[in-house]
Amino acid sequence: MIASGLNAYLALSFALFLIGFLGVLLRRNTLVIYMALELMLVAATLALVAFSRYNGTVDGDVFVFFILTVAAAEVAVGLAIIVALFRQRQTVRVDELDALKH
Amino acid sequence: MADFAFVFLAVFTVICALGTILSRNVVNGAMCLLLCLIGVAGLFVRLEAYLLAFLLLLVYAGAVVALFLFIIMLLDVHGLPAGARRLWGMVGGVAACALLGAGLAGFIVRGQLPEPRAGEVALVGASLKGYAESLFTTYLLPVEVIGFLLLIAMIGVIVLSQKSEEANPP
Repeated sequence: MIASGLNAYLALSFALFLIGFLGVLLRRNTLVIYMALELMLVAATLALVAFSRYNGTVDGDVFVFFILTVAAAEVAVGLAIIVALFRQRQTVRVDELDALKH
Repeated sequence: MADFAFVFLAVFTVICALGTILSRNVVNGAMCLLLCLIGVAGLFVRLEAYLLAFLLLLVYAGAVVALFLFIIMLLDVHGLPAGARRLWGMVGGVAACALLGAGLAGFIVRGQLPEPRAGEVALVGASLKGYAESLFTTYLLPVEVIGFLLLIAMIGVIVLSQKSEEANPP
């Protein structure tokens, strides 16, 4: 049985980050990439809360506040950019959004 | 019993995270993301950070996933044709993920941090007073900056989502 201590939480956080990373690299739908980015942010959040709990400090929890706020702002701005891009180009696929490449 | 709850939540969260990135249908992906966030909130409850669990559900599950679903419905991305995959991009992505996975395996096998027992350290994350003291003394400036950032983001989104007639090519 896995002991549910600090190391287990960190391994789980690492695994979630890995899944998000995989999603960002392998998927080509911008919306899915965005969801994978959110997954990576949540993984970092989980590691911060676990450290905070097992060290008896409140600072990690406070950082999670800031991460949540920045993530909410980021999602709003990013989705607005995606909508504006879709209006211009009629696509959400990253390999067709290559105007800066050429 | 506590270990059983952790293992259940961890497996649930990882499966839902995999569902988020692997599902063909974007709406299913967003639903899996919602379930994954609920699992993470459960883990927060196990870590006795009740306020953060509630905030995670409120901000992520309530606002972010709803926004994602709204945009998915608005854009109607289902009718778009699928393009051909690029081989070298796939190879590079898989290689990078294999490196990170090797790091995870190395962490599980060898990297054992000293582990205080949960009962031995002071429980500070559960009290609202601790948050308030920290937010309004040590982290007062970041709180102000974050508030201003939210204002900027709100104005930016309003400007971005306006329809601009002159910038639109025919």
